[in-house]
Amino acid sequence: MFSLPFMQNAYLASTFIAIISGIIGVFVIARNMSFLTHTLSEIGFAGAAFGIFAGWPPLNGMLFFTIISSVIVGQLSVKADRREASISAISSLFIGLGILFLSLTDKSSSYATSILFGSIIGISRANVWQVALLSIVVLLIVAIIYRNLKFDSFDPVGARVKGLWTNTLSIIFLILLALSVSVAAQIVGSLLIFVLLTLPAASARYFAHTVSKMMLVAVILSLAGVWGGLYLGYLTNWPVSFFIATIECLFYLAALGYNRLRQG
Amino acid sequence: MTQKPLLTLDHLAVRFPDRQVFQDLNLTLDHGHFLSIVGENGAGKTTLIRTLLHQLKPSAGTVRFFPNRKAIKIGYVPQFRNLDKEYPLTIRDFISLNLSGIRLPWLSRKERHAINQVIQQTNLAAIAQRPLGMASGGEKQRAYLAQALVEKPNLLILDESTASLDNVMKYDLLELVKKINREQKLTVIFVTHDLPLAKQYADEFLLLQRQGYQTGPIANLPEDALVSAQHGGAAHV
Repeated sequence: MFSLPFMQNAYLASTFIAIISGIIGVFVIARNMSFLTHTLSEIGFAGAAFGIFAGWPPLNGMLFFTIISSVIVGQLSVKADRREASISAISSLFIGLGILFLSLTDKSSSYATSILFGSIIGISRANVWQVALLSIVVLLIVAIIYRNLKFDSFDPVGARVKGLWTNTLSIIFLILLALSVSVAAQIVGSLLIFVLLTLPAASARYFAHTVSKMMLVAVILSLAGVWGGLYLGYLTNWPVSFFIATIECLFYLAALGYNRLRQG
Repeated sequence: MTQKPLLTLDHLAVRFPDRQVFQDLNLTLDHGHFLSIVGENGAGKTTLIRTLLHQLKPSAGTVRFFPNRKAIKIGYVPQFRNLDKEYPLTIRDFISLNLSGIRLPWLSRKERHAINQVIQQTNLAAIAQRPLGMASGGEKQRAYLAQALVEKPNLLILDESTASLDNVMKYDLLELVKKINREQKLTVIFVTHDLPLAKQYADEFLLLQRQGYQTGPIANLPEDALVSAQHGGAAHV
């Protein structure tokens, strides 16, 4: 399997994706942003469609759309009670735009499917480098703001009274999330990105009780998901994203079961 | 040479568009003193604290810290924190959150030492590795206190921190705060509805009322100061 260049590329890219998904995911869960992550993946789809329409690489279109919209969402939903409604509004607008851009291009519908569901065959070595570079940028920014991000995500009341720049932190985090969504879409597709960005971290909460250990467990669970998914996809010729989603769901159910056992 | 106070309020007033919260408030708080702020609901206790924390601008007068605001580190234990049973972090990790800022992602030896020290001080050593979500109300309040203390503040503000605790727990918590106040000369501001608690632990009081304010040594706090607020407080619970 590893003698095939496309599998090598897929494994390399998915390793980076699993690492940043696990790490960013811990903050997504702590900040209750699963719904926004789901929306950003739809926006990623619209961005990719726009990229194809404009003759750009789909990843650039995704980055462009997700970063702009995450900043807009951040501005619109500073108040938590308004957040869900404004996210819904933006998400419907972007899905509509995605459909429009796809219909305006002359590419076949298989292109749309590969954006939505991901495609491992299409990943070139150049894509791998791009994914690696973006992942390193995300990790570096997280390392720099780590202490403040941790405080604001796990104790927003304490962070606010300490006078931390919580609004700026939120915007930076949304941009990091947008970058992660665009990067992760390469393998699992925009429809299932939130699987990697939410489930491993949600499961990790039950196994680990410090932020650093949660990040470690989330990375291990997402690595197991993408590596296992790629392997099973290779064996069966079924979609990789199906296996990734199933594996991560099983991990989550196992985590819930473990928690119930522990609490007796 | 007399030491300068930690904080003075000079003719302080805060006005919201619809009402004057308080006006012409004068107060001096010395280093190492324990001040209790008492008052009815709506008398402006929280507004005053937010003004001290620079979250609200006074409409008149000044708040002055000595030697300056930057030199004074404030540890604040807020009234509400919605941490549910599933809250995942251990008490130890929760305390370390307050060591924030642009620093290396991992804790230095000095920081680990500070966390250990504060865990000992707040009697949390036995449960420090337990998730905070599973802690009792009293343990949670001690963890919040420990988090505020880990940065070694000069001024500790407790904002109704005992409101959700039963009688035993609230005396335990205040006993601990008083011990730290005495041993480390830590200045404390304790906002409360609970007059017996204030009388037992504070050195001085500030009573905020709708028609003004009173201040002085705690022994002078009128017994009936909060007759209506006591009822209001009970209705709260």
